[in-house]
Amino acid sequence: METTALFTANNVWMMICTALVFFMHLGFSFLEIGLTRQKNTINILFKNFFVITVGLLLYALGGFNLMYPGFEDGALGIFKFAGFGIAAPEGGMTTAYADGGYTWWTDFLFQGMFAATAATIVSGAVAERIKLNSFMIFAILYVGLIYPIVGSWKWGGGFLDAMGFYDFAGSTLVHSVGGWAALVAIYLLGARIGKFDADGTARAIPGHNLPLAAAGVLILWLGWFGFNGGSVLSADPELTSLTLVTTCLAAAAGGVASAIFSNILYKNFDLTMFMNGVLGGLVGITAGADQMGPTDAILIGIIAGIIIVLGIALIDKLKLDDPVGAVAVHLICGIWGTLAVGIFGAMAGLDQFLIQLAGIGIVGAFCVICSFFLLYIVKLLSGGSIRVEKEEELKGLDLAEHGMDAYADFRLNQH
Amino acid sequence: MKKVEAIIRKSKFGDVRDALHKVEVNFFSYWDVTGVGNEKEGHVYRGISYSTSDIQRRHLAIVVNDEFLERTVKAITDAAGTGAVGDGKIFVSTVDDAIRIRTGESGGSTLN
Repeated sequence: METTALFTANNVWMMICTALVFFMHLGFSFLEIGLTRQKNTINILFKNFFVITVGLLLYALGGFNLMYPGFEDGALGIFKFAGFGIAAPEGGMTTAYADGGYTWWTDFLFQGMFAATAATIVSGAVAERIKLNSFMIFAILYVGLIYPIVGSWKWGGGFLDAMGFYDFAGSTLVHSVGGWAALVAIYLLGARIGKFDADGTARAIPGHNLPLAAAGVLILWLGWFGFNGGSVLSADPELTSLTLVTTCLAAAAGGVASAIFSNILYKNFDLTMFMNGVLGGLVGITAGADQMGPTDAILIGIIAGIIIVLGIALIDKLKLDDPVGAVAVHLICGIWGTLAVGIFGAMAGLDQFLIQLAGIGIVGAFCVICSFFLLYIVKLLSGGSIRVEKEEELKGLDLAEHGMDAYADFRLNQH
Repeated sequence: MKKVEAIIRKSKFGDVRDALHKVEVNFFSYWDVTGVGNEKEGHVYRGISYSTSDIQRRHLAIVVNDEFLERTVKAITDAAGTGAVGDGKIFVSTVDDAIRIRTGESGGSTLN
């Protein structure tokens, strides 16, 4: 019975983590609508609902089998598809599966919750100006194909795994995969009307509901208990508790570092920077959450927090428009977190650092090329442009794309 | 009959309302307004500084009989003032008539 009790405990923990990762989609939704304008709220919520629902269905249809195809020994480990649909294999509900860490069903759902995250990251960056149809087609292609293929290279036992590349919970495989697509998409889309002056000076477009954004960040932090805690892939007492400690310390350090650093640079206490710093710390620790000690985690968080502030300024300098800071948080801190595995903690070393660097480069190149290619196809399918008409953008996507108001009783500010 | 329109600081609204009640001006309408002026408010959002000249004030519209005019204006001036720039303004104009919808009666008695 000893084995059975442990198996049950492991599986319960993994299902709790699955639920926590699911909850992160609410966090993303709140953060994105909070940092954007009232007139685009319905549109963002619609995209988030689309991503979690369709993402999960796509993962059942083929994503899971594309991400965990079971590469044969000696295979290159680049691409394999284990067929459509999901069905538990023999022994999938016993301790014979995954060292008794969880059942096959739990495995599917836990990974499925991750899958949609990559497209949700893109959703925030392209907010307030992308055509809904264009986003939906892109999300289907990206979540259905690109995310699982990249995932298979490492978590599915492919060539990045064989190379020794380490990414515990997805600084690269989830956050950077989403971040690269976000970067390409905002480059192709262009900035929102009013984001830059004629002389190129960046202007502020303040978000319409910072309390909601703050709730979103705290919900995301809570979700990260599952995102990283569940990536232990069992309820191993030492590893899960260490992971939660490193995760929380990095989040805290990231937030504090961002708040202080942005205060030094801009002489104000910017709540949105504080919040982005927390997220940067979380993304930064994600690649090595089980390999770090507390001090490592705090250092990773501090550096992530500083990178966030610089990253947001850099995006503005490059004349790119990222309303929620998705590129700075998910891409730049994702890269930092992945590199940090070679700098801090149990795996630190020059060899590991170079392997991490190679992994980042390979995934980055693949994601950038695929994003350009997919968005080109999407552009053709969307009548020559992935961006809404100027009038629609000014009116707001809630009215233009949905014919709805997010706050029907509060039509005070139509911008 | 006179209409007294006052644009005052929102923070002074309570004082002004109480002062008006003291001189038995008990009925009036108000609404929040945004104006443009010399006052600039500095903001910083995600590292970008910007300032707005939008000024938030409260607008009161009070219709009184002529004999109430002086005390109404004095009550507002005394209660709404801080001495600093931006205390607001009062406008006085003549009103031709007032009609009580319920009864159809018109003239100064409708204001009592």
